[in-house]
Formats: sequence, structure tokens, C-alpha cells
Amino acid sequence: MTTLALDIRCAMSDFTLQLACELSLSGVTAIYGPSGSGKTTLLECIAGLRPVQSGSKILLNHQVWQSGDKTLTPWQRDIGFVFQDARLFPHLSVKQNLLYAQRRSQKSTLTLARVSQWMELEELLERSPAELSAGQKQRVAIGRALLSEPQLLLLDEPLANLDSAARNRCIQALRSIQEELALPMLYVSHDIEEICQLAEHILVLDRGLLREQGPLLAITSRLDTQLAHQERAAAVALGCISHHDEAFGLTALDVEGQTLWVNHLPSEPGSMRRIRIPARDVSVCRNLPEGSSILNILAVTLVEIETSGDARVLLRLQLGEQFMLARITRKSAVELDLNPGDRLYAQIKSAALLTEPQDIN
Amino acid sequence: MNDSILNAIWLTVALAGTTTVILLLLGTPLAWWLSRRRGTMAALVEALVALPLILPPTVLGFYLLIMFAPDSSLGQLWQQLTGSRLAFSFSALVIGSVLYSLPFVVQPLQQAFARVPAELLQAAATLGATPWDQFRSVVVPMSRRSFLAAATLGFAHTVGEFGVVLMIGGNIPGETQVLSIALYDYVESLRFSEAHQLAGGLVAFSVVTLFLLYRSNPEAGWRVRL
Repeated sequence: MTTLALDIRCAMSDFTLQLACELSLSGVTAIYGPSGSGKTTLLECIAGLRPVQSGSKILLNHQVWQSGDKTLTPWQRDIGFVFQDARLFPHLSVKQNLLYAQRRSQKSTLTLARVSQWMELEELLERSPAELSAGQKQRVAIGRALLSEPQLLLLDEPLANLDSAARNRCIQALRSIQEELALPMLYVSHDIEEICQLAEHILVLDRGLLREQGPLLAITSRLDTQLAHQERAAAVALGCISHHDEAFGLTALDVEGQTLWVNHLPSEPGSMRRIRIPARDVSVCRNLPEGSSILNILAVTLVEIETSGDARVLLRLQLGEQFMLARITRKSAVELDLNPGDRLYAQIKSAALLTEPQDIN
Repeated sequence: MNDSILNAIWLTVALAGTTTVILLLLGTPLAWWLSRRRGTMAALVEALVALPLILPPTVLGFYLLIMFAPDSSLGQLWQQLTGSRLAFSFSALVIGSVLYSLPFVVQPLQQAFARVPAELLQAAATLGATPWDQFRSVVVPMSRRSFLAAATLGFAHTVGEFGVVLMIGGNIPGETQVLSIALYDYVESLRFSEAHQLAGGLVAFSVVTLFLLYRSNPEAGWRVRL
């Protein structure tokens, strides 16, 4: 387990990034927030690319990167950085870009061949960066950062400029890296769906301050976060593929002992999948509805109600060990006389299953 | 072609070559510094570097002559260090040429360095490259055409200098009599056939050099600016 202790103050144009926390990093930790909330600045401070105010501290596994007068330069910090704009060296071929990183790495456990295979770069090695598409460039940039074999990989909106096909290819590559390497990643993004596909943990930043921090599944299902008050609020649940219904083109997922139908998936029964359930697509009723066209009706317990705006309320529904959100009108909530502890039926209009890269093929 | 012409050619090539090597060694760090700095100090240094472009060479030569005089502090220091006189020596020509051709080397390099995005250097830094390593592995290869341009312009401009040499070098065959001075001499003494050989040769040399240079990089972002 990698621990990153941060106590950072850094003045930005209209506010100050101010953040103190100790992070246990494993897998992908997402840094989420609206544009201009200080996400990129935070990564740059960690990388040493941006000066921090005196008194700031950055320690990775008790190794001091920044404290008092001591400041390690970016090249002394054991990091990899994937920039939004790839930043490949234009005078070097793809292969030379990768070798550039490998030659400067202290370790030599990764080979160029292995990384090329993960990032699907074999065909591109002899090309010049100018001949690559945005998605290919970004795969090279990730491969290059991996070959420097860092202790911590920082990614700054690496998929922001990519179309959805290139995006999914990159997400798949990042996942396969996570399976192969125990490399912690800090992943900046303003796209919550992307984060839901990749991250285990999430930090929510707003105007330079840390608002939330914790496991993704727990944070997305809470009512008191900024995430819950966004129009696109959605909870993420985990389900296990139980069987396929080929005749209707559907797949049944087992979520806490109940069945959730989603569009047909090519994956084998038994594999775990994440499902993103948008709050606005969930409604509740007291009795099991009959003759409904809605396929997914799950028995849930209401645990919390929060008013969101004048006309609407947000419900937190418990489903076994997991939670989901429902956004309904305040009028309905009053008429149904909803109270925490009520046993309800949740009707889910659409369970947007998070697209897995293999689903596209 | 007589011996004195051959002598002048040899001396000119030696002077331009030495000057170019020194200019690349001094001009590269200076150009790098200028390309990464903005401010009063940088503007002042830039102005000083560009000075030979607008100053009559005789002005520069006049001040250098005074500085190089045997009774000046520089002249005396030189005498103590090397045991020889500085004024009217080959070394004096090299110093004068370095100053006079400085903008022709610094400006193309500075413009090339300024075009290397700082973002690429950041990327190199996160991959473990120290500043020297970043310069060597990113900046220099990305500016290699401009190094060629800077060296060519520095060399060619030194070959073409006259005023400074006349002021500080005098006209000593084999020591300070370079081509442009030799040409002046021939004209003064009405030896037009030798003058034609020299003048024609210099024109041909300059045209060929500039042609090769501009052909190698038609965009020529490094063209000297005032």
C-alpha cells in the first residue's frame, strides 16, 4: 500500500488550493471536480511542476518530496505523468519516445515489448508522433509514463480529447495495467462516468478545497455530497452476471440477491460488473406494481430523504449492503408519506450499465 | 593566385572558424538564457547582443582599439598572461569578430529555443531528465537546423567583416590581413585583377552559402531580425 501525505497550499488566480489529507493509494484514485476547481494544480504540485507555498508538505511512503526548505525537483520524484495533451517528443519516433523513459528509469522490470503489448503500440513503434491520432498519442504517452516505472502515476484528464472509441480503448488498457501492475494512480477527470468505470476511490475538489474523499461506491450513493445534487447524479452498484436471456437480448445481473436486467452482455456468467443507476431514472412505490412495463423492480428500504431544490427530493435506498439514489417530486414524497425505514419498491427505468470496452466488439 | 591572396584566405578561414566555435560555445547558453527570461535585464542583454547589427563597425572597432591598447588594463592583463601584445594581433581579431557576429549566432538560436514548448521540458522532467539532460535530449535535437543556420551565418558574417578588423587588426599580412582588407589594399593600389578575383570569390561564396542555408529550411524562422 502506498501512502501519500499531502498538506498543500498553492495560490491560484482566484482562490487558493488548500488541501491536507493522507491517502492510502491502491488502484485508481479519482480526483473529481468542476473545471477550474484545482484538480490539475493539485497534480502539478504533487509532481513538483508548480511551486507550493511555504509550510506545504508532500510525502510518499514517508519519503519527503516537499517539506520546509526541502523540495525535490520533478526529475527526483518517482512519478509518471500523463498530460492531457500527450506531450510526445516530436523529434523522436514512438519507439524512441518509449526508450527515452526506459533509459532514465532506475528500475528495469518492464520491457518495451510488454508495455507495447498492453497499450497496443506494436504497429506504431516506427512512426513519428505527428502521424498518430489523438487516441494513439495518448496510448504512447501512457506507455512512456509506465516505462519510467514510477511509484505513482499521475494522469491529468488523459481521455478528455478523445472520441468514445479511443476512450474505451484507453480505459481498457488502463484496466489491464491495473491487473498487471500494483501501480497506484491519481486520475484527474471532470467526467463522472469515466471515473465510475475506473476508480476505486474518489476525491472531490471544489474551488481548491477537498469536499469528499472515500470509496467510490460509498461516495456516489450518499445524499450529502455535491455529486448527489448534480442533474446527472447516479449511484454505482456492483452486480454479478447470473445468466443471459438470448431470446430477448438481455442479461440478468444478481445485485444483492435480486435480479436486475440489462442489455445483453458478452461476458461470462459469474463475472462482476459495475452498474451506474441514474437517480432521475428511479421511482418508488409502496406496493409491488402489477402490469408495469418496467422490468426492474427491486425491494428496497428507504434510509434517508433530502430535499433537493423546491420541487424535488432525493432518496437514498438500501438494497442489501448497497445503496442507490432516487430523485422524485416533493409532492410524491408528501403524498406517499415517505419516512426513513419504509419498505418500498424501486422501479428502475434504465440501468445504465457502465460500458465495458469488450462490450463494443 | 599569389601567396598573399592564399595567405589572406587561410587567415580568414582560421578567423571565421575560431570565431564560430567560440560563438557557439558562448552563444548557446546566452541564447538559452534569453529564450527563457522576460524582463528588464533580459531586454537590456538582448539590446546589447543586437547592437552590432545597427552600430557602424568602426564604432565597435574604435572602442575595442582603446581597450586593447598596451597601456589599457585589458592590454596589460593580456600581456602578463600570454606574454604578447593584444592590439593588432590575431587574438584581437577573434575577440572583435566574436562581438561583431554575436547577434548572427544568438538570434537564430534564441528563436529556436523559444519555440521549444516548455510543456515538453516538463514532460521530460517527469520522466527523470535533469535540466542539462532536457537541454541535450530535447532542446538541441529540436533546434539542430538552427544550430546549422547560426554556425553558417556566424562564419559567413565573420568572413564579410571589414570595419572592425580595419580598426583593431591593422593590415599585417599573415597576422591580421583578412580577405576584405586585402581587397581594400588591392583597390587602393589599383591592382584591379587581384581585386576582381577576391571580390568575385567572396560574392560567389556568400551566394552559395546563403542559398544552401535557405534551401535547407525555407521557413527560416531564424532569419536575423533587428
